[in-house]
Amino acid sequence: MTTTAPRGTGATSAGRGDGGPAPRRAAIAARTLRTDRWWVQPLVTVVVLVLFIAYSSFRAFQNAHYHASPYISPFYSPCITTRCEGDSFPEFFTGPAWISPALYILVLPLGIRLTCYYYRKAYYRSFWLSPPACAVAEPHRRYTGETRLPLLGQNVHRYFLYAALLFNVILFYEAFRGFRDETGEWGHMGLGTVILLVNAVLLFLYSVSCHSCRHIVGGRLNSFSKHPLRYRAWTAVSTLNARHMQYAWASLFTVAFADFYVLLLATGTISDPRFF
Amino acid sequence: MTEAGEPSLGSVDEGRRGDGGGYDATLRVWRGDASGGELQTFTVPVNEGEVVLDVVHRLQATQAGDLAVRWNCKAGKCGSCSAEVNGRPRLMCLTRMNTFAEDEPVTITPLRTFPVVRDLVTDVSFNYEKAAQIPAFTPRPRDPDGNHRMQQVDVDRPQEFRKCIECWLCQDTCHVIRDHEENKAVFSGPRFLIRLAELDMHPLDVRDRRDAAQEEFGLGYCNITKCCSEVCPEGIHLTDNGIIPLKERVVDRRFDPLTWLGSKIGRRPRQ
Amino acid sequence: MELERHAYDVVVVGAGGAGLRAAIAAHEDGARTAVVCKSLLGKAHTVMAEGGIAAAMGNAYPEDDWRVHFRDTMRGGKMLNHWRMAQLHAQEAPDRVRELEDWGALFDRTPDGLISQRDFGGHRYARLAHVGDRTGLELIRTLQQRTVALGVDVFMECTVTRVLTDDEGVTGAFGYWRESGRFVAWEAPSVVLATGGIGKAYKVTSNSWEYTGDGHSLALQAGAGLVNMEFVQFHPTGMVWPPSVRGILVTESVRGDGGVLRNSAGNRFMFDYIPDYFRKETAETEDEADRWYEDKKNNRRPPELLPRDEVARAINSEVKAGRGTVHGGVFLDIASRRPAEYVRKRLPSMYHQFKELADVDITAEAMEVGPTCHYVMGGVEVDPDTAAARVPGLFAAGEVAGGMHGSNRLGGNSLSDLLVFGRRAGTAAAEHARKRAGLVALVEEELADAARAALAPFEREGGENPYTVQHDLQQTMHDLVGIIRTAPEVEQALVRIAALRERVAALSVEGHRQYNPGWHLALDLPHLLVVSECIARAALEREESRGGHTRDDFPAPDPEWGRTNLVCARTADGGVGVARQPLPQMPPELAEVFEEAP
Repeated sequence: MTTTAPRGTGATSAGRGDGGPAPRRAAIAARTLRTDRWWVQPLVTVVVLVLFIAYSSFRAFQNAHYHASPYISPFYSPCITTRCEGDSFPEFFTGPAWISPALYILVLPLGIRLTCYYYRKAYYRSFWLSPPACAVAEPHRRYTGETRLPLLGQNVHRYFLYAALLFNVILFYEAFRGFRDETGEWGHMGLGTVILLVNAVLLFLYSVSCHSCRHIVGGRLNSFSKHPLRYRAWTAVSTLNARHMQYAWASLFTVAFADFYVLLLATGTISDPRFF
Repeated sequence: MTEAGEPSLGSVDEGRRGDGGGYDATLRVWRGDASGGELQTFTVPVNEGEVVLDVVHRLQATQAGDLAVRWNCKAGKCGSCSAEVNGRPRLMCLTRMNTFAEDEPVTITPLRTFPVVRDLVTDVSFNYEKAAQIPAFTPRPRDPDGNHRMQQVDVDRPQEFRKCIECWLCQDTCHVIRDHEENKAVFSGPRFLIRLAELDMHPLDVRDRRDAAQEEFGLGYCNITKCCSEVCPEGIHLTDNGIIPLKERVVDRRFDPLTWLGSKIGRRPRQ
Repeated sequence: MELERHAYDVVVVGAGGAGLRAAIAAHEDGARTAVVCKSLLGKAHTVMAEGGIAAAMGNAYPEDDWRVHFRDTMRGGKMLNHWRMAQLHAQEAPDRVRELEDWGALFDRTPDGLISQRDFGGHRYARLAHVGDRTGLELIRTLQQRTVALGVDVFMECTVTRVLTDDEGVTGAFGYWRESGRFVAWEAPSVVLATGGIGKAYKVTSNSWEYTGDGHSLALQAGAGLVNMEFVQFHPTGMVWPPSVRGILVTESVRGDGGVLRNSAGNRFMFDYIPDYFRKETAETEDEADRWYEDKKNNRRPPELLPRDEVARAINSEVKAGRGTVHGGVFLDIASRRPAEYVRKRLPSMYHQFKELADVDITAEAMEVGPTCHYVMGGVEVDPDTAAARVPGLFAAGEVAGGMHGSNRLGGNSLSDLLVFGRRAGTAAAEHARKRAGLVALVEEELADAARAALAPFEREGGENPYTVQHDLQQTMHDLVGIIRTAPEVEQALVRIAALRERVAALSVEGHRQYNPGWHLALDLPHLLVVSECIARAALEREESRGGHTRDDFPAPDPEWGRTNLVCARTADGGVGVARQPLPQMPPELAEVFEEAP
């Protein structure tokens, strides 16, 4: 099938893969001619994510100060071993004492963020510099994207979503348990309750605004008019999806902050202001 | 030669008008061809309300008659005058001069991803070759009365992608081929991924292009860094509304055991 | 001489709506078909069309049918249309629209799921199939994708400089690749001209650079006639400010969707300009006009939706009387009449265009608009059923063909014209090629001559810059053969055009053949000049005012001229002559359509 008659341009040869111009392209040596501060955004992303990873790793491995009755840190929620502080969740097994109970569960929240369509953009740009910013050459010789393992595994995102939705339920459960006082008496509320609730809400919004969720509730349909309810659900998720990035960052901050608040309570640095 | 308030419209307009708002801009324009070239500096008068393409035209009409530049409508509807302005892929007709400081040099270079023909004109035949490989639209039969019935909610999604004016800015900015010439053989670029998404979401189309999207058009090469969405002059959400939904549809087909099983036992017909 | 040679049955010049539709038809009829276009595929001027495709499908108003559309078209053209073209157009447009859907087009829908149809000036019923305000883009993309799927050869960025003929008719075409400057020749018994219009002869125009009248001029050189060339449509609403965007179109849909025209005093002046011819069907008060948008059956149309020539002249008069805006236009106001959300939804690309190009938010403030050269009704004189020109093997469709629109084209009738006559031209061209198979050959001497002529601007040194000559031509046409014309001014224009012809013959270009816009313009200029001359000669000859031709010295229509066409043709000495020719008269059964009440 001919669609474009021969234009006498010849075949293009392989690029150098280092961001420099390939043969027959305009010979422009600069990696980019952008004059704005394009490096600010990837830099900020790196700094914030590194701080979060450092803090969350320290807290996950710390294996202490994650429970301040009635609150439990979201990093340790659900706490599923018999060694857990407090009386939080059904305890399934007893692991070695030196393994923090956070390590059993954090793989799932880590998984949804790692395979999330928004975070992929953020870390491919900022950590992998692929590309560092639009129209700025990337420093890699070869690029295969998500066509082979391990990055082919990004396609399991929806399974992490299912897990995350389960976690969202648990986090709401734990937040509602914050309506107790230190002795387990119901009908009370403190600042910690608010923090855990806000955190649970934002994490939930982050989950349901996800692109996979948008696909599952209705995006995969080709005829919305035959599925009016799913169309409404898709419309609602689409509206949230437009703010997926904002939810991603906001929930990252609240989850760290909720943990930090519990840390402050557990170490006795502050005490929880009680409303009633 | 021209009265105050008269248009230039691509014709000769030798200088600044006396009605204020004008200044002399420094333009750095890449001139050359496949064998080599360089940025050349020009001083060109600029009037109120002008876009980069106006100034390039004035340069062409008064100082460089053979300056090669591709353009058509000068109204942001045809997608011909694509170039890189201060390193950013832009339509020259939609880049207003007042977005730059008057003393700031404006650098105009050809699209980097494609072979250069001359000056600001590149050989974009890559895109036409990819377009020809897309499995063609295949409609279901018409209704008995000769019409096709579709609801507006069902055409809304593919209509967004049909706004595409094929300016190739998304193809130009996409690092998969911008930085890796060798990927051109296996990756069709964002424009054609949204074309596949459009066809896959088209209410009348009956062909399944999901395997082709992954295997022939290189959907997996896209790492959704969204530069295509950033440069689109039509404001099409290529990544969020096109490429990611297409990736999810491919997951349904190839990577998700549950939907695979569902389609095998006939519980999830594609409609 | 270095020359790339090809052989086809049908060569289509131009890849807009008409060209692509012709190529599809020719290909489907088994012809080896090539499309040659000056720009990249998909960039043709058709993409600029905004409002829609007029077709009496009856989706919005079941009482609409082809007779009503035919009647509207003829009345809009002040009865100077070729009746048979108007009839075929009205009859076939609905099928041409429906088949676009088979090729992937996605029009806006009615609640029943049918193609939605919108109101437009001069059309009795809402009948424009549309996609927001980017219908032209949808049309061209659909045809482009169909052409590609069929495997038709497309020569992109390639300009045809000559249609080659022998005593029996067309033998092929000669041109050059814009990219390399190298020459190409196509041997073909059929050539379809689908090159669009002539807007670049004018200073303020909505047309792109491609509109240099190539097809008109090629046909004239090959021996065909050009009919109705005096009728140039000035679209009433082009952008006015800032200067760099002056002329860019503001779609008629703005008025169809509720926008009104006001002068600097805030008056809806169109009520003062309702001609007797349309008085019966036009609202007399603002209240009635406003009610029409909601209840079209019981109210008459707002005067803002009169045919384009009436509105353009009205705006011109208001500005001349000193009631225009500071930038020489009038106000087009939809902001105060419709909610912002409605405007953004119905007119997305207008919203975008004003925001990006003029920094104006049309949901918050009025637009400034004024007339802009938009369309030439005149063109190659063709047989209505086959789109064949006088020269055997030469066909013309779309804007380059004349007769269909008479003295004034209705909005929306252009896209349907492209489809209906594009298809007819392609089919007839394939048929002609079958009859002439094996009987055409290119003559070396002619090829060498065409090449010499194309290279001439490089041979001369120290001549003028082509950009300056084009600018002076545009100024001449703008000032002297514009919306309002008088005999002394047109005569003066002819004198200037003669002088410009000598300047064109002497101009020179710098640089070399590879992608050289100066050279390309130098080769387009002779086309523009000859087309301008045709317009001026015909405009001088027609001593009346009708549709797109207004003579200040003959302000009224003349019934005698209403039965007369003007046809331009090449004279023996290489000049342009104008001859009067009787207008074909419609059969009585069609004439009855006009006796029914409007």
